[in-house]
Amino acid sequence: MTKIILPELGEGITKAVIACWHVKIGDDLQEGQDVCEAVTDKASFVIEAPAKGKLKSIIIAEGREGQVGQALGTIE
Amino acid sequence: MIIEDWGPIEYPLADDRQKKYVQSVIAGAEDHLILCEHPAVLTLGRMTKPESLLYSRAEIEARGVDIREVDRGGDVTLHAPGQLVVYPIFNLYNGPRDLKMYMVKLEQVAVDLLRDFGILAISIPGKRGVFVGTDKIISIGVGVRKWVTYHGLGINVNTDLSLFDLIKPCGLNVRMTSMQKLKGQAVPLGDVKAKVVEQFRKHFL
Repeated sequence: MTKIILPELGEGITKAVIACWHVKIGDDLQEGQDVCEAVTDKASFVIEAPAKGKLKSIIIAEGREGQVGQALGTIE
Repeated sequence: MIIEDWGPIEYPLADDRQKKYVQSVIAGAEDHLILCEHPAVLTLGRMTKPESLLYSRAEIEARGVDIREVDRGGDVTLHAPGQLVVYPIFNLYNGPRDLKMYMVKLEQVAVDLLRDFGILAISIPGKRGVFVGTDKIISIGVGVRKWVTYHGLGINVNTDLSLFDLIKPCGLNVRMTSMQKLKGQAVPLGDVKAKVVEQFRKHFL
């Protein structure tokens, strides 16, 4: 299982809102495919699949806030 | 920094071209600053609320405004002739990887640009864009992929402001203004382009 992690986005940025998921649970993902967008400080950061596999879970749903370093979802 | 002026260009064509440039900058190409103008178009992000469009699609299209669903977060955005669109495609990977710092610099470019034309504008914490009083004059929408930036600024130079009556810009109840409205006359787009380039060079080189 691979975690989709909210990366470091800048000094003092500890969290971001997941604006949207581009994929849904069960979708087959290619490594590097867009999976979701994290919005912070008025900018939207595209988060890509860190590995190939199926989207197993969405931990931070659309509109919810995630912490930097936290798993947003998992791929299996 | 390579400067390109695409002039008037259909939104979908510019969007495709921009995506290709993002990939080439990710692959190591030099940073690009793109200037262009789009024919009247509403772009609907994935979070566009139905109530953000104040008229039916048919009524909007009857006003000569195209409607495009786009693959981004965010709500509705209007582009139209007279609005100078600026797409900085910058690689932040080797600099400070800091979204906040990038946004602050972008807002500073916008504020300094307007000051060059005698317009006192401000950025408001927590609100996207740059404002004169409570009216928005420059829209800012930024995307970042692998630390390469895309999208950017929509500078209302001589935009037909009545087109904004079709929507709630960015889903908010905000009134829009333009450089033309504030100066009482049309502002030459070429002059604004030259100052945009100057300000980006000042803040980003």
